[in-house]
Formats: sequence, structure tokens, C-alpha cells
Amino acid sequence: MTDAPDPITALTDPEPTAPPHSQWRDVWDQFKTHRGALVGTFIFFVIIAAVFVGPWLWGIDATFIDVRARNQGPSWAHPFGTDQLGRDTLARMMAGGQTSIAVGLTAMLLALGLGSLVGVLAGFFRRLDGPLMRLTDLFLSLPLLPLLLVMVLLFRETLNGAFGPEKGIFILIVVAIGVTSWMPTARIVRGDVLALKEREFILAARSIGTTNYNLITRHILPNVMSPIMVSATLGIANAIITESALSFLGLGFPPDFPTWGRLLNDATVYLQDYPERVFWPGLAISLTVLSINYLGDGLRDALDPRIRGR
Amino acid sequence: MLTYTIRRLVLAIPTLLFISLVIFLLLELAPGDPMAEVPLTVPPEVKEKMRLALGLGEPTHIRFFKWMWQFFVIEPMVFADWLFGTDLAGGQQRVLSWQFRSPVMDVVVQRMPQTLWVVAMSYVVGVLIALPIGIYSAYRQYSLFDQAGTFITMVGYSVPPFFSGVLVIVIFSVQLGWLPSIYDTTLVVVDWATFKQQLMQMVMPVMVLALQTTAQISRFMRASMLDNLNQDYVRTARAKGLSEMTVVMVHVLRNSMIPVITVIALGVPQIFGGAIITEQIFKVNGLGQLLITAIQANDLPMVHTVTFMLAVLIVLFNIVADVLYGVLDPRIRYD
Repeated sequence: MTDAPDPITALTDPEPTAPPHSQWRDVWDQFKTHRGALVGTFIFFVIIAAVFVGPWLWGIDATFIDVRARNQGPSWAHPFGTDQLGRDTLARMMAGGQTSIAVGLTAMLLALGLGSLVGVLAGFFRRLDGPLMRLTDLFLSLPLLPLLLVMVLLFRETLNGAFGPEKGIFILIVVAIGVTSWMPTARIVRGDVLALKEREFILAARSIGTTNYNLITRHILPNVMSPIMVSATLGIANAIITESALSFLGLGFPPDFPTWGRLLNDATVYLQDYPERVFWPGLAISLTVLSINYLGDGLRDALDPRIRGR
Repeated sequence: MLTYTIRRLVLAIPTLLFISLVIFLLLELAPGDPMAEVPLTVPPEVKEKMRLALGLGEPTHIRFFKWMWQFFVIEPMVFADWLFGTDLAGGQQRVLSWQFRSPVMDVVVQRMPQTLWVVAMSYVVGVLIALPIGIYSAYRQYSLFDQAGTFITMVGYSVPPFFSGVLVIVIFSVQLGWLPSIYDTTLVVVDWATFKQQLMQMVMPVMVLALQTTAQISRFMRASMLDNLNQDYVRTARAKGLSEMTVVMVHVLRNSMIPVITVIALGVPQIFGGAIITEQIFKVNGLGQLLITAIQANDLPMVHTVTFMLAVLIVLFNIVADVLYGVLDPRIRYD
């Protein structure tokens, strides 16, 4: 007598051993394996925390002038030294970082909104595709840096009058950077939307009478989130560099309203006597942009389903 | 291919006209007055005459068409006169700079050599450094060289030129005193000593601009090589006994260069834009510096002309990139 044969194992469904993963859990698992991206994310959040929480802990005001303590090197009272008016460089770095990062984030959001809007409209509505893409090509052939300079110079006075010197220049720079950097996002989003539009789930949604608005917001947009997020990270880096370049050329924020680019510009005047002063703002810009670029690199890998799970 | 090129060139004309109109209208909004620096003792009616002399009296559209006529008809005629010694232009009105009171193109021609020396040289140097780095890091993927190369290109990508430029000035001019921090454009190369001086003053601006180029192009080169290294034709080439050198440097490299060359072509106008900042750092009085001073001095004809020339460069090199792609890659057919 032999034992009764086991039921054919191949025919029984194996019970899932682990609860199902959500998509974002998979993304995070892939993201974790990219060490550069993890370090970049960490550094970026440290910089944000230092810049926004730091002024509460560090008592000296960024605009406080102490003429007797001017042009000092690093000391315990002033870890990064002081500038030609005796203002504390550490406090100015934190205040400058707030502006630089705020400009980067807002300009990125604006560019992203514009780019996604144009991309989705061009990809979804065939009639709009031609004109909108010609517009994108046209914007791509504009010489952006000179136009940015011209725009800042032209509208500075008007906006200063309307919103006050700080808010006016902030709005101006954010809008100027935003309207000149949405084109790559628009192109990527359009390509993805064109491919998505032919898929069955869109057909199914359409066949049960989903309106165009709901199709876009519920079915198309969630599926193009990953390219949008990747261009968001690159957009922040780009906006921070552009703002610093404008400030560096003396066409950005006014002198008593520091940003990292402005601090770097001020420091180059004293390059012969105090060369160490250019170091901190430059390092801050470079480190922020580097960490964001690594973050974007990791995000791109993590959001790409072809790479994920390998 | 020829029809495609011609079609693209013809299509570029309305684009460029439109861009020119956009720039002109933007400048038209300028609040600045070119008469602002004229002393207050000058009576208003004289000021009015001066404005008319600058061509400001006429309505916007007439001035735009006048600019177009001057830029597209008279300036080429002046160029032909200079080239062949003819007299086509016959002293007709050219695009005048308000700041210099002389034709814009003359100033541009004066400034061009400095920019071309620094910018073109840096682009060539950057590409020449980038290609071997890209090839080798793809060939030894994930090796120490590749990891270091990736990190360095990432850094080169992230450090803006206005920091790297100032940093090299601090190190090599202020601390070590090896290189001059200001670019002397009056220097004429006549003998060995002046040649050496010219070389010394070019090193820093060229290397700062080249760092950015290198970072971008070596990334593309590496990715493109990686795409090709795993393809079947590479295995075939190895299987028939070709040396590793031939396989990589002839078969893979030639195929990988196709996208890289288009990227190189697309980058040319960008580098001119980037030169604006680098010229400001090293005090090179080239085109970028000209543009900045013109913007600050409200010299609208100058800003319009220089910006438009940059736009022409961008459109032109976009076409060059597309056409090159079609010429180099037989799989791509536009017609």
C-alpha cells in the first residue's frame, strides 16, 4: 500500500505570503536602494530645516548692523564671520536660503502647473495639439537668460510700486522663472498623455460616460504623476540656479534682502581682501542643487516600472 | 534630406520673425527713457528733437518694420560692401546703438572675437574631455572610475559657473597668484611671451565653462555607449575575432556618437547664453558683457539685436541637430 498521492500541487493556488504592496511602497523600496538619492534627500531636508528653523534658534537678526564688529573672521559669536557692515553671515545665510528655496519651490510649482496644463491639453485634445506644441517650440527657441534679465528690469519698478519692494521682486522673479521653464515638462507630459489616451482603461472610462474633465483629473493625471514629479525636482534646482544667477548679475533681489546669489555677488566685491566670504553662499547653492539632482535621479529610477523590482 | 532641410529653413523664418516681434514688444514696454541721462539744463524741445533723432517719434509698428528693414536688408548689404568692396548700402541708415551712437553691428563685430575665443575654445575643450570619460565609464560600468566620474559630472552639473568661476579666482589668482583674474582683451599675440600670457588668461574662463559642458556631454556619451554595448552586433564583432579596441572604438563608438553629436549641436547656443555670466566674472568684454551693459543702459536697439541674434543661433542649431541626426543615422528618414 502506498500513501494516497498528494493533490496535484500545481493546481492549488498558492496563498499569498505577504499582504499586497501599494504602488508607493514599491517606489519607496526601489528608492531606498539608491544610496546617493537617500543621502541627497537627507541633505536637502537638513538644509530646509536649517534655513527655516535656524533663525529661531540663532538670535542675531539678518539685518542687524554692528559696525564695530565688521569684517570679522569666524569666531564663536559669528561662526561664519561678519560682512562689511558687521551683519552676521550665518544669519544672512539662513535668511538668504529662505528666499532662495522659497523662490525655487514657488517657481517650480508655477512652471509645473503651466507645463502640465499645456501638456495634458495638447495630448488630450487633438485640435489643440498643433498650436500648443508650436507655442512650446517657440518658447524653446527664445534666448531665456537675456529675456529674463530684460523682464526683471522692465517690470521691477511697476511691481515694486504695487506690492512693495520685497513682495514685488519675489512675484516678478517667480513668474519670470515660471513662464520661461515650463516647456520640458509640457513636452514630456504630452508624450505620456498621447500614449495613455489609447489604452483600454481610458476607453472603458469613456464608455461609461465619464466626462473629459473627470477623465483627465481621475485617470490621466494620476498616471502621468511620475514624469511630473521628476521634472519637479529638476525644476527646483533649475529655479534656484536661475534666481542666483539673476541676483549675481545684480538684477535680482535688492541688497538688504539677501539671497544666496546676492550674498555671493556681494562677496565677490571683497574678493581680494576676504576671499573666504564667497565660499558659504556658493557652497549652499551647490550643495542644495546637488542634493536635489541626486534626489531626482533616485526618483526617476524608483518611478520607472521597468527598473523597479529588478 | 535636402527637401527636409529646405522645409525646416523656410519654416524657421516665420518663427524668427515672431520671436523678433515678441522681443521688440517686450522692450517696447520698457519704462526707461534713453534721455534720462541728458542734463536737466537741456530744454524740453531740444530733448524732443533728440528723441526724434533716435527714431523714437514714430509709432511702434513703423519702428518695428524699420528695424527689420535695417537688420535684414541694410546690414547684409554693409557686410557685402565690406567683403567685396562694393557700395550697395550707400550710407543708408543702419541699426544704431543709443549707448555708443554707432551701428550695433560694428560693436558686435568688435566684441565677437573675445567671446568666440573663450566660448568656442571652452566648448571644444569640454567636448574633448567629455568623450573619453563617457566612453571609459560606460566600458567599465560600476567601476571605481565610473562611480567617481558620475559623482564629478553630478558636481559639475550642480555647481553654477558663478561659484566655480569665483572659486578658481580665489584659488589661482588670489591665493596662489598663478593666473590673472581679469581677461585683457587689448593683448595682441605677437611673440612667445604674449602667447603665453594669452594662454594664462584663457585657462580659467575656458575651464569654468568647459566643466559644465563636460558634465552634460559625458553623461550622454556614457548612456549612449551603454545602450550600444549590449547589442547583438557587438557580440558578432567580438565573435569574429576583432580586437577589443576595434570593437569599442570603431563599431560601438560610431553608433553611440549619433545622439551625442546632436546633443553637442544643441548645446552650442546654450553656451553662448552661459557665457553672459562667465564673461561677467572674468571681466571679458565680449557679447555677454555687451548685452548686460546694454540692458542696464536701456540701449534698446542693442538689446533687441543681440537677443535676436541669440535666437537665430538657437533656431539654426536646432535645425542643424535634426539634419545631422538624419544624415548620420540611416534608420531615420524624415521624408
